[in-house]
Amino acid sequence: MSDPMAEIRASFFVECEELLEALQDGLQTLYDEMGDGETVNVVFRAVHSIKGGAGAFGLDTLVAFAHRFETALDLVRSGHLSASPDVLKLFFTCSDILTDLVREARDDIPHDPTRTDPILAELDTLLGATPADDVAEDDPIDFEVTTLSLDLDLDAPGETEDPTWDITFTPGPLLYANGNEPQFLFRALRDLGDLTVTCHDNDLPPLEALDCEHAHLGWTLRLTTPEGRGAIADAFDFVEGLCSLDIMRADDAPPPPADLPDLAELDDLAALSGETPDPEKPIPEPVRPTSETAPSPEPSPRPAPAAATPRATVRVDLDRIDRLVNLVGEIVINQAMLSQSVDAAGVPPNSPVRTGLEEFQQLTRDIQESVMMIRAQPVKSLFQRMSRIVREASAAIGKDVRLRTEGENTEVDKTVIERLADPLTHMIRNAVDHGLEPGDAREAAGKPREGTVQLTALHRSGRVVIEVADDGAGINRPKVLAKAIEKELIPADSQLTDSEIDNLLFLPGFSTADRISNLSGRGVGMDVVRNAIQALGGRVTIQSEPGQGTTFSISLPLTLAVLDGMVVRVARETLVVPLNAIFETLAVTPDDLRAFGPNTHVINIRDTFVPLIDLGAELGYRHPLQDYTGSVVLLIGQEDGLAAAVVVDAIEDQRQVVIKGLQEAYGRVPGIAAATILGDGQIALILDPIDLVAQASGHTQPAKPVSPQKIGVSS
Amino acid sequence: MIDPDTAQDRTGDTAAREYLSFLVGGQDYCIDIMQVREIRGGAKATPLPHSPSYMRGVINLRGTVLPIMDLAGRLDLTVDTNGLRNVIIVVANGARVVGLMVDAVSDILAISPDDLQAPPDLPADQQRSFISALTIKENRMIRLLDLGAILPVADEDVA
Repeated sequence: MSDPMAEIRASFFVECEELLEALQDGLQTLYDEMGDGETVNVVFRAVHSIKGGAGAFGLDTLVAFAHRFETALDLVRSGHLSASPDVLKLFFTCSDILTDLVREARDDIPHDPTRTDPILAELDTLLGATPADDVAEDDPIDFEVTTLSLDLDLDAPGETEDPTWDITFTPGPLLYANGNEPQFLFRALRDLGDLTVTCHDNDLPPLEALDCEHAHLGWTLRLTTPEGRGAIADAFDFVEGLCSLDIMRADDAPPPPADLPDLAELDDLAALSGETPDPEKPIPEPVRPTSETAPSPEPSPRPAPAAATPRATVRVDLDRIDRLVNLVGEIVINQAMLSQSVDAAGVPPNSPVRTGLEEFQQLTRDIQESVMMIRAQPVKSLFQRMSRIVREASAAIGKDVRLRTEGENTEVDKTVIERLADPLTHMIRNAVDHGLEPGDAREAAGKPREGTVQLTALHRSGRVVIEVADDGAGINRPKVLAKAIEKELIPADSQLTDSEIDNLLFLPGFSTADRISNLSGRGVGMDVVRNAIQALGGRVTIQSEPGQGTTFSISLPLTLAVLDGMVVRVARETLVVPLNAIFETLAVTPDDLRAFGPNTHVINIRDTFVPLIDLGAELGYRHPLQDYTGSVVLLIGQEDGLAAAVVVDAIEDQRQVVIKGLQEAYGRVPGIAAATILGDGQIALILDPIDLVAQASGHTQPAKPVSPQKIGVSS
Repeated sequence: MIDPDTAQDRTGDTAAREYLSFLVGGQDYCIDIMQVREIRGGAKATPLPHSPSYMRGVINLRGTVLPIMDLAGRLDLTVDTNGLRNVIIVVANGARVVGLMVDAVSDILAISPDDLQAPPDLPADQQRSFISALTIKENRMIRLLDLGAILPVADEDVA
């Protein structure tokens, strides 16, 4: 990073990301018909800034595309084009392409024009065709029809005569305070075409009454340019809101090609003098008084115009945050070790050491939470990526789909967000492809033709829940069941509940199945989705209502770095069970325990039977016990119900533990999610209860010695 | 903390290199000293379920999880004295850091590449693939361990 240019370039691309996000946001607001004039401006400015930055780095493809996009947006901004859904869809595609182009520019990927060209053609159609009607409506004042046709061909080649514009420009005091300089604006305009500048000094007070921090001058400019209104407005982009600006077609623009001196003479405002036909000369003249009237570079107590910016943020290298997170994890472990040694030293309960330690404990917890919050990010960026997936998927299969999002500002650990992108993409595609019926079928079912996919994020009891809901036909359970039986995934005579049938979609075999057409169930790769989410410590559940739609809920931990766990002891080993997986704990009574088959037991929990799993035997630490009466069991389950009763030897503690990845150091261990370091410095494994139950379900044999399945890592 | 590049830093060096020699099951082995991170005493390892028997488990190495491999078990050497092997050599192979449990650390030897000879061809001996070269020092045959072959391939390495 020694090259300063490379650094500037990198920060440009970071800014691009933010601008693209703002762009997406604005478009979505417009699409939801919630936008106002400012929304269009935001969208426009985002594209404009990207164009500007790209220009500075000579990213020509990006500039060219952004410019066309911007021109179209400007028509909307000026009211010449209404932001109809169709237009907005095109804009969405444009913003997707813009995103791609930014990425291409960043990674030096060669540009593939076949992707942009059709869109550019569409944009041109839009630019060329639509204004005709709109302009007529928008400008009802004395307007000659002949000029209209000239006005339209904004970008069209040919020898159309250049229209003339009257620009009234009156700077406000803030314009100067912000360091803007009308002279530069005029120069920018001069570059567009022939410019005549008239200065109005009517408001200029006598010298003794002059307040040098006020703006007293106004200008009338007459510009003859081949460019459209957008280009003129561009020049004033940076002083928007800081001046009063009025851009109008000169009413008297004559149909025959006019040359500037003539126009200048026609100018009725020119009576105010100060006007010269030579575009070069007048600029310095009227500008000179400006520098005298507004020479106040000194900081003024006026409210900063940047007050609109939401919050101050700092960009920090992610590595640094990770380092901080790690260090805080060390502190937590260290604190636990300290507590343990104080215990061992037999310090009396109310001694200063104890109270000090308790405060220390509180502080470490606070620090840890604060550090975790640094890593948290709103899911907005993720949702925006998904809206693109919806657009592309729906376009690919010709369905009309609208994505609604809710809870975009819900904050989740950055890593979770990153690793959620793939599974979520899959689920969204499934929802569009399989969940929603084709438009005709929807109409037949009395639903609006446009399908809806709802993406929701919310916090619920210490976890993040992300829901993907469609209003499609729901899961076709008979077909799913038939399919599963046909694939021999379940016995032919299985009697399954609705929720069990829905969960068949997550079976690995189901996904590899050739996709039977018209199977309205999902299941294409749903096992992959579930694995990915489980790897994040999350769970997926399905709710489906025939005819009403299907909802997939992903429930995720807030962070991947710490976890509230129950410390248990099994065969002289200490293990941590995530607290959120434990429904309750109880001691087994002989009444509860039933033998089930030759090798397994079930346990009766309020008239529901769940399998009994001996943790020590499952992990290969010891043989199954002869008698489980009196043993402590943890009832393990996930959102959709109880999964198993896990036998442990003793429950020792309940505490927050720092998660240490096992995968990097060793590899994946079945049934184990990660490791942690206990107060005594020993490593304890953190159980993945759901995975454990899933792995165990086939071969739990508490009645006879188990030969634990050896999973070789060397193979 | 762990720099994967260090082990490769001295490639192209033709002069004598230093090797750490140690005892495993009564036999002499050595590894390139650049691959050694540290040597430490044994600690109670937390066993990993469903792992090969030569994986003793994981220990806490100043906040990181360090897998411990029983080298004698890995090399299929029958060892009767269980309690004797209490030295752990922390080695790095690329980004992968593992603790090797050995009987005792012997010495640091400077061996020039010329003194290393290829191991004899014994196709039936599986152990041969773990040894990349042999050398003689003070009448003892010292086997140069091939760390890459010893360390189990983790899922990540493939991905």
